[in-house]
Amino acid sequence: MIPAAFEYFAPATVDEALGLLREHPDAKVLAGGQSLMPALRLRLAAPEVIVDIGKIDDLQGVRDDGDALVIGAMTPHSTVESDPLVAEHARLIALATATVGDPQIRHRGTFGGSLAHADPAADLPAVAVALDASFVIAGPDGRRTVPASEFFQGVFSTAIGDDELLVEVRVPKYTGWGAHYEKFNWVAQGWSIVSVAAAVRLDGDSIAEARVGLGNMGSTPVRATAVEAALVGQPATADAVREAAARAADGTSPVSDLNGDADYRRHLATVLTRRAVLAAAGTA
Amino acid sequence: MTATEERPATEIGASRRRKEDARLITGRTRWTDNIVLPGLQHLAMVRSPFAHARITSIDTEAAKAASGVVAVITGADIADEQGALPNAWAVIPDQKAPVHPSMAVDHVAFAGEIVAMVIARTAAEANDAADLVDVDYDELEPALELKAAARDEVIAHPDLGTNVSAVWSYDSVESGTGGDVEAAIAAARDGGIVIEEEFRQQRLIPAFMEPRSIVVDPTTEQMTVWSSTQVPHFVKIFIALVLGIPENKIRVIAPDVGGGFGGKLQFTPEEVLTVIAARRTGKPCKYTETRSESLMAAHHGRDQWQQVTLAANADGTVTGLKVELLADMGAYLGLVTSAIPLLGAFMYNGIYKFPAYHLGITNVFTNKTWTDAYRGAGRPEATYAIERVMDELAARVGVDALEIRERNWIKHEEFPFSTVSGLRYDSGNYEAATAKARDLFGYDDLRAEQRKRRESGDPVQLGIGVSTYTEMCGLAPSRWLGSMGYVGGGWEHAAVRMLPTGKVEVVTGTSPHGQGHETAWSQLVADRLGVAFEDVEVLHGDTQVAVRGLDTYGSRSLAVGGMAVLAAADKVIEKAKPIAAQLLEANADDLDFSGGRYGVRGTDAGMTMAELAFAVFQGHKLDGSAEGCLDADATLDPDDFSFPHGTHLCAVEVDTETGATNIRSYVCVDDVGVVVNPMIVEGQVHGGLAQGIAQALYEEAVHDDSGTLVTGSFDQYTLPGAPDLPSFETARTETPATTNQLGVKGVGEAGTIASTPAVVNAIVDALRPLGVTDVPMPCTPYRVWTAIQKSASQEGSRS
Repeated sequence: MIPAAFEYFAPATVDEALGLLREHPDAKVLAGGQSLMPALRLRLAAPEVIVDIGKIDDLQGVRDDGDALVIGAMTPHSTVESDPLVAEHARLIALATATVGDPQIRHRGTFGGSLAHADPAADLPAVAVALDASFVIAGPDGRRTVPASEFFQGVFSTAIGDDELLVEVRVPKYTGWGAHYEKFNWVAQGWSIVSVAAAVRLDGDSIAEARVGLGNMGSTPVRATAVEAALVGQPATADAVREAAARAADGTSPVSDLNGDADYRRHLATVLTRRAVLAAAGTA
Repeated sequence: MTATEERPATEIGASRRRKEDARLITGRTRWTDNIVLPGLQHLAMVRSPFAHARITSIDTEAAKAASGVVAVITGADIADEQGALPNAWAVIPDQKAPVHPSMAVDHVAFAGEIVAMVIARTAAEANDAADLVDVDYDELEPALELKAAARDEVIAHPDLGTNVSAVWSYDSVESGTGGDVEAAIAAARDGGIVIEEEFRQQRLIPAFMEPRSIVVDPTTEQMTVWSSTQVPHFVKIFIALVLGIPENKIRVIAPDVGGGFGGKLQFTPEEVLTVIAARRTGKPCKYTETRSESLMAAHHGRDQWQQVTLAANADGTVTGLKVELLADMGAYLGLVTSAIPLLGAFMYNGIYKFPAYHLGITNVFTNKTWTDAYRGAGRPEATYAIERVMDELAARVGVDALEIRERNWIKHEEFPFSTVSGLRYDSGNYEAATAKARDLFGYDDLRAEQRKRRESGDPVQLGIGVSTYTEMCGLAPSRWLGSMGYVGGGWEHAAVRMLPTGKVEVVTGTSPHGQGHETAWSQLVADRLGVAFEDVEVLHGDTQVAVRGLDTYGSRSLAVGGMAVLAAADKVIEKAKPIAAQLLEANADDLDFSGGRYGVRGTDAGMTMAELAFAVFQGHKLDGSAEGCLDADATLDPDDFSFPHGTHLCAVEVDTETGATNIRSYVCVDDVGVVVNPMIVEGQVHGGLAQGIAQALYEEAVHDDSGTLVTGSFDQYTLPGAPDLPSFETARTETPATTNQLGVKGVGEAGTIASTPAVVNAIVDALRPLGVTDVPMPCTPYRVWTAIQKSASQEGSRS
């Protein structure tokens, strides 16, 4: 299908992009295009203006910034997936990124684009909340930083304003943590029915700290805080983890669709959390 | 890999690389949508969003005024011109069917039905303007659920008064092929075994890779129609019959076609409308559907409910089978919609011999996309039913699934065998195929592992699925088709022409859309004429070149079309004989043909086909006593069907905590008779397995309560990709067919037919200790998990 006609801009700087967004309040930002292009082609979206941020060099790349890693919003998944800094300090991101779509999608799609799209079934939002990532958003009044817990506001809805742009994501370092991303889907290229992102720091044989994020268990990614709290101080054994993971679905309200009803998703969340935490502990 | 290949010792049986692959794989070829003509106009269709509605008004003014728009046409505009789309198969003489317009005039019967079209200078302008066509509808209640539709609770076509199109039955008593099935069931209820199951053959969408596309050029003396179709010869005839254009004024070309799977065995509304657009404007027009349109409006497949009752003795000897079938036609009858259940009617007995059989078919209209042929067409449904109940029978008797089959199948020494459904199986060796499959699969080891996992309560259980099958291939003897109510024949045509330089042109009436006919037919002719494989060119798909033909579907191309090619080649050899005799100054009776050369017996004298072809081209030395031409045509009507068979074994791991399934190994041994090109056969089997497994695990067309297709894009209509399928282990046994000169049977649909029950049988086998006896298709993780929970709660309530 052919998209409806639109005006196209490809700014070279963030400021230029912000200017365009101010000028065209209904403009759509085009990142890697893996969600927007199908929507345009199906005419589910028909914006009059497209601002393509793919030419802005400042939005590219991963860098070390002391306590945190900084990932540029337009860094392709394929770069994140194989980046040595990500592998060392935030391996959970690399693991989840490797499950996004297929190699073609991962070469086009971007880290920030996926997060800003805020699809409840996407892979990276659950990881972002699990790892306490923070989102650097540029706007007319300069830059502000929003924690992951406040960034995701609903289905396809985030804290990014119409005249703002996500420029980078800061991730605290989890050096030495074990990590595992448990994606449960039906076909390899399908969206998650439920996904669980887990990172675990061990102290000897017991769990010192745990981070657990759930994907597609509600309109926004969910941090399984009850599970995290229950895991602290527990041995990384099947029984202990099973008991803690039983709380994974507490307080969640997942959707019912062709892939499963809410009860099934809540059940999956407990099973997958158990598996993810055990696997993460095994790599710590 | 290098481009050079060693010349095989024999062409028949050589895994030649496919001649056509380079252009097909790179796409540097004539797909219909690649065709550009001077002044080409583009069409966009406006489709009904409602499943059932009356059109109250259509406002085309804004669309007509839009940039680049040439015309906007509604159903009312062409009501007298468009005719009605054909159904070519009256399964009963008084079959009921609504008039099937290419464009709805005042009543729409499914979501996706065309209500208007825009003709514009560019495709983008056509699309933009289509959005501006304003259609007002009065929504009507749609008939959606098949069982309710069969009870006429809501009528899909109010003018028809009923949803029931036809009721057809076969009974072994009436046909004189066996006994009374009711008596068999009654007897089995008293001390024997009766298995009663209901299976849902979910609605599937034939997801060919190349969407359908049509280009019509009205500026040539013969109007030229390019279409991405399996059946160019059908399209030519039906354009003539439906639109009243003289047949001699129509040329239809199916250029390279990117897959069909039965989905392009159709004469479509889009073909009619593109012809109308071109005729009305006098300029070439193109229509290429989007994938969304293809999923919504190209015909769907399957969609049946099967009520199956199997009677058996206590030892598991089957004594009768009764099947009651509800088949969803969708909103209209397409080319062979009504006959799809019928094509399965003779296959419910599978490879088994039992004395009583009854099948009842009820064809029902609903307000959904019309259904029609999809790879296997009736036979996968039949095979699924019998193979699923055979597993249930094995469980009831308490014997192995292979054992129960062996107790009931036709033994190899019993062929030819007349079946309870009235067919004559000419050949087969089920013992050999099964023994080979069992060995390759490591059947006993896997059963041992299964026992171990059951005993240890492993959350991941192992299931072993068995499926045997046979199918009727080589569609079809014309006499049989006529007796069943089909309007056409089942013959095939070919021509073989020796060119002056010794090369060969072969014309086939079959119309490949990925099957590799160019390669396989080249092998046939190279073998027969003794010329080089590379020197043979196979022409097809253009009614100006392949003048006669009945195209490609139903695993018929080799068994019927290939045999016509051989017949034509044999005629060329015969025609060459008197010419060779004359040129060699020998008695024709002293000539032998071997290795592409006529030789005079007992001497070194002889002439190759190439030498004869050049001599014929010159004509200098011919005395006129024989026709100076080494071209021949042949038309071949098959004597009977061919019956491939095989045994498929599938091991599935089922994660009982999540319902996830994983096919760990898949072994199939198919007996497709003599094989011309093993690599092509393997490719057909692989693709067939993927599609059959997809029915078992992944695919389903789902509509919501208003009749909107929920699975309207590949995001929701779940096709498996390579990571979702196992590495297949394929092997063959070779029992030649006796119904054609080469002993070939056909392989296009085998994988699709056998694999679906193999996978579901494996899943049920894994979960049987948990009390699960069936999982509805597709067996999604959710459905598998739900089946486990249901059984657990039933067990709980019993204890």
